[in-house]
Amino acid sequence: MTDSGGVQGLGADSMRSRHLARNALPTIFAGIVGVFSVALLAAASGSVPAGGVARGTLTIGITQFPATLNPDIDAMAAKSYVLGMAARPFTVYDAGWRLVCLLCRRLPSMANGLAVPVAVKNGKKGVALTYTIRPDAKWGDGVPVTTDDVMFTYDVGRNPQSAVTGAEFYRRVTRIDVKDKHTFTLHDDKLTFDYAAIDDFVPLPAHIERAAFADPAQYRIRSRYNTDSTDPGLYDGPYRISEVATGSYIVLTPNPYWSGPAPHFRRITVRAIENTAALEANLLSGSIDMVAGELGPPLDEALAFEAAHGDQFRFVYKPGLIFEHVDLNLARPALADRRVRQALLYGVDREAISKSLFAGRQPVADSFVSPLDAGYAGDIPHYRYDPAKAAQLLDAAGWHTAGGGLRRDAAGRVLSLELKTTAGDRTRELVEQVLQSQWRQIGVDVRIKNEPARVLFGESLPHRNFDMAMYAWISAPENVPRSIFDSQEVPDAANGYSGQNDTGFRNATMDRLIDATETELDPVKRKGLWAQMQRLYATELPSLPLYFRSNVFILPKWLKGVAPTGNQYPTTLWITDWTAQ
Amino acid sequence: MIRFVAIRLVEIAVVLALLSFAIYVLIGLMPGDPIDLMRNADPHMTAADVAHLKAVYGLDRPLVARYLAWITGALAGNLGYSRLFAEPVWTVLLPRLGNSLVLMGSSFILALLLGLVLGTLAARRPHSRLDAAINLVCFAGVSVPTFWLALVLILVFAADLGWLPASGAATAGVAEIGDRLRHLVLPVATLTLASVGGYTRYVRAAMREALAEDHIRTARAKGAGPARVIVHHALRSAMVPVTTILALSFGSLVSGALVTETMFAYPGMGKLIFDAVMGNDYNLALAGLLLAAVVTMLANLAADLAYGWLDPRVTYR
Repeated sequence: MTDSGGVQGLGADSMRSRHLARNALPTIFAGIVGVFSVALLAAASGSVPAGGVARGTLTIGITQFPATLNPDIDAMAAKSYVLGMAARPFTVYDAGWRLVCLLCRRLPSMANGLAVPVAVKNGKKGVALTYTIRPDAKWGDGVPVTTDDVMFTYDVGRNPQSAVTGAEFYRRVTRIDVKDKHTFTLHDDKLTFDYAAIDDFVPLPAHIERAAFADPAQYRIRSRYNTDSTDPGLYDGPYRISEVATGSYIVLTPNPYWSGPAPHFRRITVRAIENTAALEANLLSGSIDMVAGELGPPLDEALAFEAAHGDQFRFVYKPGLIFEHVDLNLARPALADRRVRQALLYGVDREAISKSLFAGRQPVADSFVSPLDAGYAGDIPHYRYDPAKAAQLLDAAGWHTAGGGLRRDAAGRVLSLELKTTAGDRTRELVEQVLQSQWRQIGVDVRIKNEPARVLFGESLPHRNFDMAMYAWISAPENVPRSIFDSQEVPDAANGYSGQNDTGFRNATMDRLIDATETELDPVKRKGLWAQMQRLYATELPSLPLYFRSNVFILPKWLKGVAPTGNQYPTTLWITDWTAQ
Repeated sequence: MIRFVAIRLVEIAVVLALLSFAIYVLIGLMPGDPIDLMRNADPHMTAADVAHLKAVYGLDRPLVARYLAWITGALAGNLGYSRLFAEPVWTVLLPRLGNSLVLMGSSFILALLLGLVLGTLAARRPHSRLDAAINLVCFAGVSVPTFWLALVLILVFAADLGWLPASGAATAGVAEIGDRLRHLVLPVATLTLASVGGYTRYVRAAMREALAEDHIRTARAKGAGPARVIVHHALRSAMVPVTTILALSFGSLVSGALVTETMFAYPGMGKLIFDAVMGNDYNLALAGLLLAAVVTMLANLAADLAYGWLDPRVTYR
């Protein structure tokens, strides 16, 4: 067969077109190469945008991008971080863990008469709280923040179709009375010790958002925060959001109507870089100036990065409220025995884990309450590493050492437990291996069976399909542990597997203490109740406390004023304190 | 040919319908949903809050009912809203699609061109030193993990040398073509280096086969030079099997490159689809995955039509 044989039977036109096509191939080839060569040369000849050199700008790297910028919809750390610069909650806990006013003028208290206890139904006590909005507070379009916005936000929050996340607040506040354009009184049907804290209540601009709320079921979609998130009227903080590249970055520029201390930076860019190795490479390249501790690399990576580049940046380690622990499923016969739970904790050298893996930066936890918290009690049982004591407890519980060093009960069953954590979390996987090894030494067989986060949190924990599960609880200052320890919060079919008491801890004393702590106004008495709760926890051990996680802030040496809080309120709420020196 | 095309288009429509149902059900059967994950991040969230939010987002409805609602809307041209981004699906999808087409298209064309050149050079002198060197480069490219390659490129060209930006698709607030191109260089280089080896190997094998055919010997006997023999005679024959591989690669133009996009924080389709699937964002995940499926199937149809142009022996029935 010849080359021409391939076109036998074709007409002259077809032959011509094939000939042209054949001749066109090398031309197209050369053309494409030429275009790409020019493009790459142009690219390589350009300069790299400098990061952190121009001190009037700041570029922050975080590992997450906010799904929405509506302050009252969705709970997400990235959103809180960005909105810390652009939206003002009424109250927050500061770096000293004191409750402070941001948008209000004074915190209500019994002493200043702005908090008044009132009787509510069933003989219980509620409270009427009077707040005054700062008279100089304005949205980014110059419209004052008023009680119209407060009432509108309340309407949004109360509407069951609006998908607001802080629903508990709106259930408890039965009504709001408006006194004038700036003063209003909230009627809370439950008088709790933290009555003045209304940090879940972040006002929305009624003059912009009211139209989007015409159909409450569509509000979460039609909110201007989603449809036009750079509208200046949406923000009442020191900055407003001026550019959003979804999934990539958010640019903030000063709010011209902000009347507080002037912010230093004329432009702040928050870039989302999910991979922490890439985040660190961006820091080195100058593409970002700093990494936010709230959404930064895990501690072990940060320690390695500091060892290599410690002279170029300032590293701030802030232990906080993220409580790493091992949940124990109390429905498992072996774990239902308190002695076994205590033995497991005696069998772990947590101090050594903290020192060797975290350079001592993550303090060992004795309970679910952080040492930074007002409710912390220092005199609760501490489980120092004591394998002999662990062995003694296991013997007493009927688990005796047999062949192979493993413990068996009278029926010959091996004390064997499954340990789960979030697959791919390198730090947890490292800790898990140490735990497995140390528990093996006291005769407990531990099999590691990790799962992706969505499987662990979406399936295994709510359905209580685990023996032991290592993960973290995120808390808040003086956060009463109702959701994790109250008997009513055990997830089951009746509540749609929605509770967070995944261990199945049911303890009448704990339930009573939770109720009592919530409503105890006397700080001294409350501290006593907190101590009782922690003692009970440390004795019963529904979960094994490991340590409080530290956030690592990697900052340029020229940046001053960043004060990590250690609580859930981001450093950006005090962005006006940040300066370049 | 018209009948052939019509039949294939009907087949594509049927496959898409089945695929949409399969994807919807599979995502729905995955454990956990955004509210479950939110529950873990909010210390104040009670069981009642979780139940309420699931009802608001319709997550408490049966899966089939949700699918039927989606397909009805989709057939009317409404792909719905993205739950993760709180925006209409198209608003989220289109900018990412554009970014992915630029990124994947650039690396695809570059890798293809390099593959053609290197594969042809290797095929001309098999088992020579040049062939061995090209093979080495190919296997290195195929073997090196993409994330590692990306990280090395970032560290060398962005961190150490400072020539190129380390991440993103553009500098915030800068809308210049030069800036976009600078941001493209490293991710395009990563993807090109990772895929050029495969193309080179395909081209080498196809070209070796083509160069052994009778018509090549005839062309040489007629006095055609080496370049003419390759470009005008052998390349066309060699392109038939390569076209199949290229057609299958077309889907990646819109489905993106997850690892590369993650490493370079490049807002493309790969990361978007991954986040949508992991976040149970049905509308977004379906649109992204179906788009990739449509492009792959249409590219395969185009490849089938191209066979006829490249090889006249091919007929359509």
